[in-house]
Amino acid sequence: MAEVENEIVVEDPTAPASDSPAVASTRSLEIVASLLLIAFAALMAFDNWRIGMGWAPDGPRAGYFPFYLSIILGAASIYGLVGSLLRRADATGTFVTRDQLRRVMQVFVPTFAFCLLTQWLGLYVASFLLVAGFMRIIGRIALWKSLLTSFVFTLAMFITFELAFDVIMPKGPIEALFGH
Amino acid sequence: MEAFGLLLHGFHVLLTIKTLSLMMVGLVLGIFVGVLPGLGGPNGVAILLPLTFTMDPTSAIVMLSCIYWGALFGGAITSILFNIPGEAWSVATTFDGYPMAQQGRAAEALTAAFTSSFIGSLVAVLLITFLAPGIASFALRFGPPEFFAVYLLTFCSFVGLGREEKHKTLISMSLGLLIAGIGMDTVSAQLRMTFGWSELYRGINFLVAVIGLFGISEILLTMEERLALRGHSAKISLRVVWKVWKDLPRYWVTLLRSSAIGCWLGITPGGAIAASFMGYNLAKRFSKDKESFGKGRIEGVFAPETAAHASGTSALLPMLALGIPGSGTAAILLGGLMVWGLNPGPLLFVEHKDFVWGLIASMYLGNLVGLVMVLSTVPLFAAVLRVPFSAIAPMIVVSCAVGAYAIQNAMFDIWLMLAFGVVGYVFKKIGIPLAPFTLALVLGNRAEDAFRLSMIGAGGDMRVFWSNSLVGSITTLALLLLFWPLISLGWRVIHQRMVKSASP
Repeated sequence: MAEVENEIVVEDPTAPASDSPAVASTRSLEIVASLLLIAFAALMAFDNWRIGMGWAPDGPRAGYFPFYLSIILGAASIYGLVGSLLRRADATGTFVTRDQLRRVMQVFVPTFAFCLLTQWLGLYVASFLLVAGFMRIIGRIALWKSLLTSFVFTLAMFITFELAFDVIMPKGPIEALFGH
Repeated sequence: MEAFGLLLHGFHVLLTIKTLSLMMVGLVLGIFVGVLPGLGGPNGVAILLPLTFTMDPTSAIVMLSCIYWGALFGGAITSILFNIPGEAWSVATTFDGYPMAQQGRAAEALTAAFTSSFIGSLVAVLLITFLAPGIASFALRFGPPEFFAVYLLTFCSFVGLGREEKHKTLISMSLGLLIAGIGMDTVSAQLRMTFGWSELYRGINFLVAVIGLFGISEILLTMEERLALRGHSAKISLRVVWKVWKDLPRYWVTLLRSSAIGCWLGITPGGAIAASFMGYNLAKRFSKDKESFGKGRIEGVFAPETAAHASGTSALLPMLALGIPGSGTAAILLGGLMVWGLNPGPLLFVEHKDFVWGLIASMYLGNLVGLVMVLSTVPLFAAVLRVPFSAIAPMIVVSCAVGAYAIQNAMFDIWLMLAFGVVGYVFKKIGIPLAPFTLALVLGNRAEDAFRLSMIGAGGDMRVFWSNSLVGSITTLALLLLFWPLISLGWRVIHQRMVKSASP
């Protein structure tokens, strides 16, 4: 072979352990999801019944289609609910382990905070804080690398969207200082 | 040969510096998206869609479709070098692709994958070039009942032919249709399912939902897994390319078979994944040497890659000709069409010749340029995987938020995206398929409008769906497909009884 073969290896020190205890089984999540879907279907069915799910002389009223769709959704969810209730819990496996949940929360909580910050500080400041904070705290990457990457990324986004493509993002007090 | 002339016109539209450079940008972004964990074809296209809002539709679709081709190429890189399928349809590629890489034949496997991808999409593009105009002009005669029947057929074939549990497909689809109905009803101008919440008056945007469902949920899922990688790097030399290409004619049966499977499954909804497995399994079944599959046989790379690309490309055929997407990515491109102010459907071929033929020409050129590009830059893209995920994840989150906000300039949409991200995460983990949801969301309003227009036209008489042989046969076929699992079950029961009674 003429090619030079070498390996690419990327480690993941905070990987979830495979023997981490389960937080929830798939079965219990199925039950919760089914219940929520049934509630949603009932709510939708009620609203469509309210605005008229019948048949006007010239065809269905506004609520006709969605009303029957909510019935189908409700029926399918009840079927799913009964199915998961009848099954034994251990037959379905784990929905999420404690380690996995921790990792998922590590992304979800910052994302949530980012959405909140966007509302107050504008998207670009929130973006800078999210990328830098995530890299530093969760990725444990050196501070200067995190700040630099984040700054370059945010600046690139600003130039691409705001200046080159005229896509306007929510902005806050800091952009206002620069006259945007 | 009318198609040929129009295709030349398409190339003419395409060959400007601006369009060509957008094409290259699209391909590079696409390969990135395909290689990075936690992203993929539909996510990439959905996230990058806002970039195109201010472009003219032709440049926009050329760039977006090139992102899609790039993602298809990129998926093969991680499957072969790292044994990590970037996409579900790349799973079958790992069976023989990774063993080849372990034996030090990574370059060969990659060349095979890229080449067969190219061949698969070439066959599918040829099919589109010569079939789509015919189908579109036939569909010009469609009225609302025919369109509703075709929509019904699409939905029913998902339920009847999908591999997931039927009630889960049904949940996903009816939820999508319901959410599509939220907001102002287009026929009666009544508000429905808004509960007086003014943010909901304009409805829930399809693209916001898609960005959440695919982008955000994918990051949550990726974080859950171990992110350590161990793989091979490879450099493709001209000698290897020549060696693989020289042998190509020997595998013409496999290539042709996989292309045919791919085209067929791509046109019917829900295809690429099934196509790649079917291509692989059939190649194995018809092979004289079944044992060597899974141990690094080059045919095991050719077969699934050809099929996956053929189906990924031909999924655009029903989208162009009928306005019905054949895959999740096609559904997102369709959503893009609407943002750019084009009305998807057969009229596209008449009213927007530049757009349609520009797109078709870009499929030829994009795949060719993509092939050359991946062959020459593999080491570069494989190295992208060294970038830590903790740097990539927040950047993807920001891109998703930008995408969701840009569609309607609404902060509410960013929250909606987050909510759909959680829904997508839970649905994926409890096995509720997302493709029917996407399809229902993008087609829901059009299907309902078609139904109600046909009802208005026929004075509320349901028999309109059987009023002529065309609409009647489509509707009947749709119902047959919907109840197909029951029919085949019944058939098996009757068959078993007959066998029993014949041999007492």
